[in-house]
Amino acid sequence: MAGATTFHIGIDHAHRFESKAATRETPVVKWLILGISLTFFVVFLLMPLIAVFVEAFRKGWETYLTALVEPDALSAIKLTILAAVISVPLNLVFGVCAAWAIAKFEFRGKQFLITLIDLPFSVSPVIAGLVFVLLFGAQGWFGSWLSDNDIRIIFAVPGIVLATLFVTFPFVARELIPLMQAQGREEEEAAVVLGARGFQTFWYVTLPNIKWGLMYGVILCNARAMGEFGAVSVVSGHIRGQTNTLPLHVEILYNEYQFAAAFAAASVLAVLALVTLVIKTWVENRAAQSHKDSNRDDAS
Amino acid sequence: MAATKTFRVLPGFNITLGFTLAYLSLIVLIPLSAVFLKTTSLSFAEYWHVVTAPRVVATYKLSFGLSLVAAAINSVFGLMLAWALVRYSFPGKRLVDALVDLPFALPTAVAGIALTALYAKNGWIGQYLDPLGIQVAFKPLGILVALVFIGLPFVVRTVQPILEDLDTELEEAATSLGAHRWQTFRHVILPILLPALLTGFALAFARAVGEYGSVIFIAGNIPMVSEITPLMIITKLEQYDYAGATAIATVMLMLSFTLLLIINGLQAWTSKRTGRDR
Repeated sequence: MAGATTFHIGIDHAHRFESKAATRETPVVKWLILGISLTFFVVFLLMPLIAVFVEAFRKGWETYLTALVEPDALSAIKLTILAAVISVPLNLVFGVCAAWAIAKFEFRGKQFLITLIDLPFSVSPVIAGLVFVLLFGAQGWFGSWLSDNDIRIIFAVPGIVLATLFVTFPFVARELIPLMQAQGREEEEAAVVLGARGFQTFWYVTLPNIKWGLMYGVILCNARAMGEFGAVSVVSGHIRGQTNTLPLHVEILYNEYQFAAAFAAASVLAVLALVTLVIKTWVENRAAQSHKDSNRDDAS
Repeated sequence: MAATKTFRVLPGFNITLGFTLAYLSLIVLIPLSAVFLKTTSLSFAEYWHVVTAPRVVATYKLSFGLSLVAAAINSVFGLMLAWALVRYSFPGKRLVDALVDLPFALPTAVAGIALTALYAKNGWIGQYLDPLGIQVAFKPLGILVALVFIGLPFVVRTVQPILEDLDTELEEAATSLGAHRWQTFRHVILPILLPALLTGFALAFARAVGEYGSVIFIAGNIPMVSEITPLMIITKLEQYDYAGATAIATVMLMLSFTLLLIINGLQAWTSKRTGRDR
């Protein structure tokens, strides 16, 4: 399912199409397309975002801050960060390994392996949670062994980490695989022939070429890890102060009709989303810049 | 082939592929296989009874039907938005372009409560729709709104790069041969975009079918009326009916796997049609 979030270099093309009569629409058509698409944008994307902040501050700053510093909210924030801190690096290491094996070598079943890596994206988050309940829940395969040994996975932190690992599994790999495939292997082969060791080759030759794609994958992975709701909801058990992540905390407050507090917690997640988009845009601009620079170097 | 297999210049093949396969099995394949093994605890008659119960069938109709409608709406408006972003200059364009990815970045629970607040009877949008007799929140229409929200970037982001790669020469040739702008779009541009547009449609549909977080707040969740399939799985789990939950999950998984194959095929078609790599 690559293609949707895949790294794309942000270069403005409008002047190319606007400068020629053959690629322009009549002003009426142009303003109609702009009007309809921007109205759609405002209604479906911009207004929900603004609503989060307006609802969060509806009862003033004091209520807002109180909602964020109460112990349950703080422990939810801590658990959310913990889940991301564990799952993002693991999936980063996996993504780099998978991309190295797939992009730099030929082997049978490669295309099938790529499809399998994309699998978690096409599975409903609810099912992602369900699979771990089936494995580690009280009635699960390892359920009785776990309870004999007094290990809790479901309705505890390990379950939340596992569910997060599952749903964020493909993010880094799917950014790096096409990128590293496009770059080929000549540079690395040259490095090895000149005597570089494997890790030196990766660190000094491959990494500078893939750093923007890597960052892109990591921030999207992190956003999903911190924001996951469905999968985590199934395995969490919703124990306040213990197994509540921030998105689950939002749900609990909302269902208790504490709307201002729910939106206050939601606004923290919305800020996180905005920061993600800012970094993402910055990475795209930097990549476009270095793309332009390397083209200029090639030309001179 | 034999030579490349025996002699590899680059190091690390065995260790990276080994780790990839081990990690993939541990996190994804073994857990997913648990779903299919668990269903074997039911006889086929029991399985069939669970997955074709009227309340469950009603959830399929709702989830699949609304997901199709949402993906269709996204294909139309997503294409227009991608067109505007690629071809026109307007103030705030960079901001619009960046915010298109909001549904990827915004946690689904946040989207869910925000949309509910907007479309409730006293909400910013709901207050204008209510006098017209249109109720969105806590009705199937609300589910549609949430599914449109989460699916939009899939269409925009698959169509946008193809639009950017289009050469102006094609349209100039069509115009010089006497084609109207609409004819050029219909017969020259659309055939090039079609594979990507279908990919975006399929991606949006696949995401919408499995969506949970943004839907449950706005849906109302009334059995037979506004209950989606993922919620049905949760309901069964809360009743400790693990076998029932798993049976419904296999139906969804089979649909997801089919969609995944279709999407892979569509992407191969896109690269063939446009000469792009993935």
